[in-house]
This record gives sequence, structure tokens and C-alpha cells, in this order.
Amino acid sequence: METYYVSSLWCVPRHFFDQLGETDQSNCLFCRGSAVWSRVSEPLHIYIYIFVCCYINVLLNIEYSLFLNDIIEDDKECFSLSVSGARSLSMTAQLQAQVQTKSKKTLARPGVKNIVLVEGVRTPFLLSGTTYADLMPHDLARAALQGLLHRTGLPKDAVDYIIYGTVIQEVKTSNVAREAALGAGFSDKIPAHTVTMACISSNQAMTSAVGLIAAGQCDSVVAGGVEFMSDVPIRHSRKMRKTMLSLNRAKTLGQRLSLIGSIRLAHLSPELPAVAEFSTAETMGHSADRLAAAFGVSRIEQDEFAVRSHTLAKQAQDAGLLQDVISFKVPGRDIVSKDNGIRPSSMEQMGKLKPAFVKPHGTVTAANSSFLTDGASAALIMSEEKALAMGYKPKAYLRDFVYVSQDPKDQLLLGPTYGTPKVLERAGLTMSDIDVFEFHEAFAGQIMANMKALDSDWFGQTYLGRKSKVGAPPMEKFNLWGGSLSLGHPFGATGCRLVTTVAHRLQKEGGQYGLVAACAAGGQGHAMVIEAYPQ
Amino acid sequence: MCARCAEHLFEEFQVEMAVVRAAGVFSKFATNKYPSLSGHASRSLSVSSSLTARTHVSYELKDDVAVIRLNDPTAKVNTLTWQLQSELMAVMEEIWANGAVKGAVLISSKPGNFLAGADIKIIQSANSSEEATGFSRQVQKQLEKFEKSPIPIVAAIHGLCLGGGLELAIACQYRIATKSKNTFLGTPEVKLGLLPGLGGTQRLPKLVGLPEALDMMLTGRNISADRAKKMGLVHQLVDPLGPGTKPAEERTIEYLEEVAVGVAKGIANKQVPLTKEKSLMQKLQDTVMGLGQVRKMIYKTASEKVQKQTKGLYPAPVKIIESVKTGLEHGTKAGYLAESENFGKLTVTSEANALIGLYHGQVTCKKNHFGTPEKDVKRLAILGAGLMGAGIAQVSVHKGLTAILKDTTEESISRGHEQVYKSLNTKVKKRALTSFERDVTMSNLSVQLDYSGFQSADIVIEAVSEDINIKHKVLKEVEAIISPHCIFASNTSTLPIKDIAAASKHPEKVIGMHYFSPVDKMPLLEIITTDETSKDTLASAVSVGLKQGKVIIVVRDSPGFYANRCIFQTMAEAIILLQEGAGPKKLDSLMTSFGYPIGPVSLSDEVGLDIAAHVAENLTKAFGVEGGHSAHTILSDLSERGFKGRKSGKGIYLYEDGTKDRSVNPEAEEILKKYKVAAPPAVSSDSDRQYRVVSRFVNEAVLCLQEGILRNPVEGDIGAVFGCGFPPFHGGPFRFVDSMGAERLVSIMRRFEDVYGNRFTPCQLLLDHAQDPSKKFH
Repeated sequence: METYYVSSLWCVPRHFFDQLGETDQSNCLFCRGSAVWSRVSEPLHIYIYIFVCCYINVLLNIEYSLFLNDIIEDDKECFSLSVSGARSLSMTAQLQAQVQTKSKKTLARPGVKNIVLVEGVRTPFLLSGTTYADLMPHDLARAALQGLLHRTGLPKDAVDYIIYGTVIQEVKTSNVAREAALGAGFSDKIPAHTVTMACISSNQAMTSAVGLIAAGQCDSVVAGGVEFMSDVPIRHSRKMRKTMLSLNRAKTLGQRLSLIGSIRLAHLSPELPAVAEFSTAETMGHSADRLAAAFGVSRIEQDEFAVRSHTLAKQAQDAGLLQDVISFKVPGRDIVSKDNGIRPSSMEQMGKLKPAFVKPHGTVTAANSSFLTDGASAALIMSEEKALAMGYKPKAYLRDFVYVSQDPKDQLLLGPTYGTPKVLERAGLTMSDIDVFEFHEAFAGQIMANMKALDSDWFGQTYLGRKSKVGAPPMEKFNLWGGSLSLGHPFGATGCRLVTTVAHRLQKEGGQYGLVAACAAGGQGHAMVIEAYPQ
Repeated sequence: MCARCAEHLFEEFQVEMAVVRAAGVFSKFATNKYPSLSGHASRSLSVSSSLTARTHVSYELKDDVAVIRLNDPTAKVNTLTWQLQSELMAVMEEIWANGAVKGAVLISSKPGNFLAGADIKIIQSANSSEEATGFSRQVQKQLEKFEKSPIPIVAAIHGLCLGGGLELAIACQYRIATKSKNTFLGTPEVKLGLLPGLGGTQRLPKLVGLPEALDMMLTGRNISADRAKKMGLVHQLVDPLGPGTKPAEERTIEYLEEVAVGVAKGIANKQVPLTKEKSLMQKLQDTVMGLGQVRKMIYKTASEKVQKQTKGLYPAPVKIIESVKTGLEHGTKAGYLAESENFGKLTVTSEANALIGLYHGQVTCKKNHFGTPEKDVKRLAILGAGLMGAGIAQVSVHKGLTAILKDTTEESISRGHEQVYKSLNTKVKKRALTSFERDVTMSNLSVQLDYSGFQSADIVIEAVSEDINIKHKVLKEVEAIISPHCIFASNTSTLPIKDIAAASKHPEKVIGMHYFSPVDKMPLLEIITTDETSKDTLASAVSVGLKQGKVIIVVRDSPGFYANRCIFQTMAEAIILLQEGAGPKKLDSLMTSFGYPIGPVSLSDEVGLDIAAHVAENLTKAFGVEGGHSAHTILSDLSERGFKGRKSGKGIYLYEDGTKDRSVNPEAEEILKKYKVAAPPAVSSDSDRQYRVVSRFVNEAVLCLQEGILRNPVEGDIGAVFGCGFPPFHGGPFRFVDSMGAERLVSIMRRFEDVYGNRFTPCQLLLDHAQDPSKKFH
């Protein structure tokens, strides 16, 4: 006999199942207490009950977002490690050693426009489901844009174009760039479009801006990114959607009833958006775990790197170095002015967590992965002449950049390894010329795997077509103000944060060149060279 | 005829556990291309190397866990050879004697396989059943030591773990397997006419339950890692890794080892439990299986099924059930004894001999004996998007070749495209393929109405209608476009290749490639050369066939080539038997009880009586008419009346939707009555009727060898079993002659000859063998 799984999303009374068959005791996401997943061997009674429930559900349009909150709740638990006993890495000495003026030649080239980053800002990055929970994505993007306007004093009609990057789209605001720009009070004569390229979406927004300026189409462009994971589109199943759409077209009561009658149990399970590759159906965390294993990255290495990220982020936050963060008065809530995911913890606490994806022998845990984050960023990009003409003091030059792509199964997160040597070659620089490294930290295991790949002769020869290894970035120049693991990773917004952070670190540490590198779903990657603007 | 003949045939094969399916398993043996990972062996601090020079098994200590590595340096795959066994036991004794060792991991240093089974040579070299029983007893005792090991042994499985390999693994305390696409567990012994004789029939039922165990052993099917985990055959799975700072395969094995070492430590520290708490369903199943009455019912059902499918012609399945039953009903001791005795008995049966012969033959026919082609063939162009054309396209793109499928109407190319898509999509539904892989595979196929892209094709295969004029027309059209290196292959079923080549400007580039329908399921490819075909053309055609995963026989040009020529004899005799009033149903059941997967009458209906008539016409012309109304006349008479077989709903049988039980078409019977002849009583017993069909087939096969159409008896046997449905347990016509004795066959044929004349005259080669009993084909 077939066994049917019934989801009691509709709060089916517990005893109802008890009469029918075996029950599995886990909490209902809605009413907390009755059974969620129940196995019943007699489907007929359930059908009758579910038909009724389903119809009510369709009518009431139950808020599925509750579902997600629960998942996020789980995540938070993993992170609620206490702050006590954090390993304090003394950074002051390192920082001071870095601050020294360098005089390397500039990357300016004749006939190529100098394009500059005038300013970059971001909303505080918050754990999904916290203070931002009731907003919509364009609200966050609008906050970032308003912050940028506020900080730069830019006239609201002085930009030529606005580009935003985002990954998971809110269906109501699919061109979120336009909605945010209108709401932020920008002139309605400024066109805006939205781009998507997974975790490097706002990098794509920025380089699109660079392209527009370089081509002479525009002089000043606002580029940014937004991601809102507190609410994501959760859909009815395909079969259910089909039935519902047919229901619209049904003319007679008879047709409607027969359509409702065609609904089966399986149609009722909702489709959750997964952070999984479409081509391989593998979740990113699973792929990261395999990648870490492929490069022999141990659990301890990953936990240490995660602790480092949180510790450095905490120090940077406390020292007021994260100048790109703007305060944001959330409607109905308090003013938010700090990232809330930074939680340094002890190695012992880190070690207690169970693997999140590959069980039981995996190494990637909730605490050494980046967490689901809400946030938005924005940057003002101009040609150098325009910036100077408007009286701005630019922060940095945006120089060469590359996009790379590779096997989405076994090398999903190796973008930085492919991008770094390529962009250095384009810029005519070597690893040692770079003073500031900002790599996107999707997973601690992913960062360590990229480090090992860059440091491997075999990998360099076999996959990068080089004679020897590229060499790994030195840790004393690497992500010194924390990274995506600790600050948070709103997919579409991270790229702008990386570039702005490089600009700020170059100013603070007195370096000349910075390198941004990031991986993205789909097995893609990005790298960019940034040059300090003479101070 | 044969181009389409086997559609039905194959399905029957599947059910029948015939060796056809072994193709999948054994192809792995032949095509394993991984070099051995010598790194492992050299790096390991082989504790034992100073004591004895061990070559097959080494071990090293990782903390308090001994990692034992299997690596047969003389072969591409590990098998349970005498050498490997004795070294493994010696290593184990050392480890057991070492009090510091708390656990052990058993792993292979070869990337593609853990342990692919017992060494077939041991079985073949056994002179008596007692010797084979002794072998089984000895290994059983060794594996008992594994089972009772004082320290936990973890089997770390990557790649093939079959037969004796699986039996070794299930004697261990814990099993971890990689989720690799190449990881398979299974007991394929039944396909060789044997049973799992190293404790498998005793341990498997306890491990996975009686129904699953019987299913595994009776079908010999390969179990994927995921399935094995669900069944409880393995405890834990490990994902295959991508490349890191060393190649993917190498790192995956290392990773597997690391995880296994961790588990071995965990078991020793009692952190990893050896038994999982059973779910309610499992508990329920155990309770049910505890009832003697239920088990009895299962044995009965299994035996009935086996009887129905094998017609009692294959002894192995019966012995498997018997061994399992003895173990469960009369205790383990009796079970092991029964297993080893049955194993011994089976090794000396002619069925096992024939099936093992087929296995070896298949391995031979999966190699290119004609050298490397000058230019690697990558791009195919196929003319005709019918069942055959699309089938050829399908097996090509599925194996990474690119293919153009050309036809003359939009309708036909659309249908062809759909055929390829559907077959891949079925794999997606069965989760053998992801939808993404399907899309990428489909992107290698282009369907079109014109000849664009043909200029860069490496080989053109035509599958257009069987009309010499059409063949000539397309050949000329194609030759005007293709590059000089491009080969022209014809998928004709009867037209002589030299006649087709006559229209060619480059006859050295013309060759025959005769696929069998359905192309994706039938493993055989018959390649036909003319006197003018160049060696490189042949080498290229074979390399294409091998890429498509085919078992290949190479024959010389002749009407009907080899397979169809032999089948024609069967068909012709079947028609005569019908004229003599044998009755279609009776005749079919006579031949299936002889071991054919499908009777000749049903086969004709499946193929289509019009097509059969067409083939008969061609071959009758070529070989002359033998007395009375020829098969051709009767078949065309039937098809002209609209009885074209299954496709028209009426043939010699009636085909109605919804009913499996088909009845004889009364109108067809009327027509047959028109041609009725008296059955000579001297040669019309059931057994005589079977032998009349079989002897003509066998004699024709031997004649093909005599005439040099066939290159050797091995290919003749492979072609007959995989292309014509010759009973696999006879191993093919040549092995059939060997085991039956040519003299006996000749004397039977002489009896028929007395009545019917020269169609039963044995060929010279057969007579030679009859005169000199020392002459054998194998």
C-alpha cells in the first residue's frame, strides 16, 4: 500500500491523524504543537479533509512567509553563541604596520577614461527576520539611495542612470531599481534597470556603470544592490498553480467544482526557493562542503577563519571603521545603525555545531557559513572630470575588472581563483603589488579552498594554464574589517560593500592597489582592481 | 528484417536474466581506463613490506586504524584471485595479532573499482564440482573470520563492488560507499549461471530482507549507491569530490579513506552505532518475515516466477532460492553447506560454461581490433529520421558525439527529435540523468531538412528506405558535399554493401553498419566490409560503434550478412511448419521452451509481415527456392491482405488493445490452409520440429564461418545471441555444436534431409567437425 505524507499546514487536529496512523512528532509551523508531517495509510479521509482546508487556504491566501521565519529561527539558534571567551586577535600592530605611503605608478592609461568611486554607502546588514522583517526590498534599496544622496549632497537630477543588482526578486517590484529610485525622490527622468548575476549582482551593476561611462553614454551613474531574505516568493506547486489559473477561466459551478476536485495531496506542498544550483540541483552549502573536502580544508581551519572574520568585524565596528554604514529609521521600529550579525565566539563553541549540509562527516556548519541577510548598498560612480567638476573628492579609481566562469558542479565557488590572476594580468600587476584584499566570504571553507587553489602548482598548471601557482593573498592584508561571514551577505548588495571597503581601507592603510574578488552561483566569478585616489 | 526484429526480443531478454543485461555490468570490465594509482602504494608505510613481498594487498596504520589497500598490479580491476585472497588473509592475521590496532578500513587503490568479483579463472579451472565447492568453503571460512573480527572492519567502496567483492564487503561490520555514478553493488553471478558462493546467499537475506535479497540475486541487477543506502546494504554515503590540489578521482578515494578511518575510530570508541534503530515499517517487515508461512509463500512465488521466466532452462536461480531457503529454515551451518555445494554443482553445468563464454566473447567484441582511426570520429550525420535513424542519433549524442539528423519532411524530423528527447526524458524521470544533462545532450543533436553541416561530418550513416535506387541517390547527393575523409555507412538490413558502393566515387569509404532495433536497447552492431573497404574506414566505423556502447561483430559482405541470413532460415522453416499445420501458438511455445525469448511467429508479427516478405524475397533470390511455396509467397500473400503484423492490428495473430492474451487471426489461418501440405510423421514430433528450426539456423551460422563471412566462432556466437535471440544458455550456435556434438547434430539433420532434401544438408565445416570429434569451435 502506498504511504502518503500529509503536511498539516492547515493545522489538522492531532487526534485526527492519531486515528489514522503513525504520527511523527514535530511542531507545526503555525500552531506549534500538533503534528506536521504525518504518515497515513488511508488517504481517502485525508483527501476529504484536505479539499476543504485547501479551498479555505486558497480563499484566505495564507501567509507562507511564516514558513521562512521558522527556518531563519533555526539559523539564528546556531548563531546565538555567547560573545564571552572570544579570541581577541590584536590587530592594532598589524594595522599600523600597513599604514605607510607607497609610490607606485598609476594604472591610468592614455585614451582610457578615469572612472572614480565618489562614495559608497550601505544600510546596516541585518539577519533576516529581524528589524527589517516587515519591509519590502525596494524600501531597503530606497534607504541606501537616500543615504547616498544625504552623504554626497548630490542633486536629485544630477545622475544619468541608476542600476541595481538583486538575486531573489520580489515579483511585485521586478525592476526594483526603478521603484527604489522613484521612492528616493530621484527625478523621474532618470532611467533605471535591474541586473542579476547571483552574488556578484551589484558588481555587475557597478561594472555596467563603468561601461556606460567609459563608452561616453553617461557621466555619473548610481549603482547598488539589494537583497531581502525576510520575505521570499514561495509559490504554490506547479500543478496547484495550473488548477488555480484554470479556476479563473472556469465558467460554471460544475467546472469549478470539478477543478477543485482534481486537487491532490501532492499539489498542496509549496515550492520554496532553494539556494541550489538549477543545473546540478545541489545546494550551495553542500557544494561548499565538497569543495572544502576536495582541497582538504579541515573543520578547524574553517572555524578559525570564521572566528577571525567575526573578531575583525567586531574590532572594525567598534573602532568606527565601517564608515559606509548609514543609519536607517525603519518605519514602526527604531533607528538601525549597526550590522547585527557580528558575533565572535570561541573555538569550543564553534566546534559544538553539527555539519549543516553533508551529514554526518561534513565540515561546513551554520557558524562557518554566511547567514541569510537583509540589506542594500549604493555607490556613486563618475568620470573623474565630472566628479572634480562637481567638486567631489573621489575615493578611488575603478580600474580593470574581469568576469570568469567555470564548472558549476565541482568548482562552483572557485571564482576568485580564476578571476584573481586574470585581472592582475590585465592590470599588469602581481600579487605583491596589492595592498588590500577584499574577497567575498560565502563560506569559510570556500575561502580556504580558494587560498589553497591559488597556492597550488598543480591547480595552476591543470586549470589556470599557468606554469606555476598564483600564490595566496597574505592574511595580514586580507579582509581586515571582517567579511560576508560576519557582516552578513545580502546576495545582491555585497559587491558594492566589497568595493567601498577596499576604497576605505586604501585610504586608512595608505595602500595604492586593492583587489576585490567574489564567487557566485552558476560557477561564476568576478575580480576588480581598485586604485587609491591620491589623497 | 532483423533490423527491427528484436524490439520485442529485448524485453523478453530482460525478464529472462539473459546475458544481454550483463552487457551493462561487464562493459565496465572492458572499458575501465583508469590508470592504477601507484601513488598510494608507494606512499604507504607498508608495515609488511619488510616481512614478505606482498604485491596485491598492503596496509598502513593511521593512528590505531589499519588501512588495508587492495591493488592487483596485474589487472585493471581487482578480482578475488588466489594471490589477493591469501595476501588479504595474511594481512588480516597480522592486524588481528596486533593489539594496538583498534579498527580496520578495507579500501581499493584502483579508482574505478573496489573488488569486481571472484576470479572467473578460478571457477573455469575447477575440474570438478568438488573442487569448486572446496573453493567456496575455503573463502566462506575466511569471510567468517571477517564477520567475527574482534575489531571493526569498515569496507570503503568506490566503483564496482560486485559478486565476491560484495560478499567480502557484507562480511565486514560497516560499509561506506561513494555516491559516484560508477559505484555499483550487486551479485551478477546469476548472469554467469552461478550463485553467490562466498556467503552471499546467507548474509544478504539477513542484511536487506528476504524479498530484496532474492531480487538482487535472481536478477543480478546493479544497485546504485543511493539505492544501497535505502536498502540498508551500506551504512553511509560519501559524495564524490571535484579536483582540489590533485585530480578528482585520487582525492575522492583519499576522502573516502579519511571518512572511513573516522568511522572505524568511532565504532571502536562506541560513538558510531553499528545498528540503526529500525523504523516501524522495518520492524513490521521483520515480524512478518519471522512467520514461516510468509517465507514459504515468498519462496513459492519466487520459484514460480523463475520457472515461468526461465522455462526451467537455467539452473542457477533455482539453486539460489534453494540455498537461501536452507539457510533461513535449517540454520546458518546448513545454509553455508548448501551454498557451497550448489555453487560447485553450478560451476560444471553447460549453462554456466556457455554464459561465461558469452561474457568473454562480449569483452572481446568491445575492443577495436583494427587499430586507431587516422582521424577521431566526432561528428555524425544521419540520413533518415525514422525509428532506426533517430535511434542511432540517440545513442550517439548520449555518448557525447554530435549528430545531425536529416530527413525530407518536417514531420519526420520532428518525430525523430521527439524520439530522442523522450528516451532521454525517461532517464530523467528515473533519475538516471538530470534535466540539465538532458538539455546539454540534446544540444548535440541538430535536426534538419538540408545538407548544411555535412561538409564537416566525419561519418554519414544512412537509414533511408530499403530501395537501392534511393540509396544510390542519397549516396551521390552526400558525396557531392562531404569532405574526402568522411565515411559513408549504410544501415541496410539486406542490400549488399557492394551494390550500394557501386554508385560511389570512393568505394573504399563505404561500409555497412547494421544496427538492431530498438537501437538504444539492442547491444549488437554488425559491421559489414566489402573487398574495397579500406582498413581505416573499418577502424573508424568500429570506433564509432564502441563510442555508442555497442558490442561489435565484423562480417564480410553477403546477402543478409550474418544475423539476418541465419534468422531467415528460422523464419522459412517456421513458415513451412505452419503449412504443415503446426499451429502458430504451438510453434511459438515450442521455440520459447527451447530457450528463444520469442517464438518465430510472434517475431514475424512484431517485425511486420510485409518487411519479412521483403527480406524473404531478397534472400530467396540470393539463395534459391527450396521446394513448394516459398516463405516469400506466403508472407506477401498475408501482407497484401492487410495482415502486416502488430502495427496493423492483425497479423498471424490478432492484436487488440487492452488484452495481452492474443488469439490467432482466423483469416490468416484460412490463407495458411490454402498452402497446406501434409506433415511427414517421421519428422514432426515436438522435438523434431524444434530441431528443424534450430538446425537450419546453426547450419547457416557454421556455413557463414566456412564461407569466411564470419571472422571467428566467438563473433558468430555473440551475433546470434545478441542479434537473433539464440538461447543464451547455449552460448550461441558454435558453442551449441561443441556441447551437443557435431556428429549428433549431423545425424539429426540427415534424418530431415531424407525427407526434405538439401535444405537440411549439413555444410562441409559441420561435417568436418562431425568426422573428427576432437575438432571444437571453442
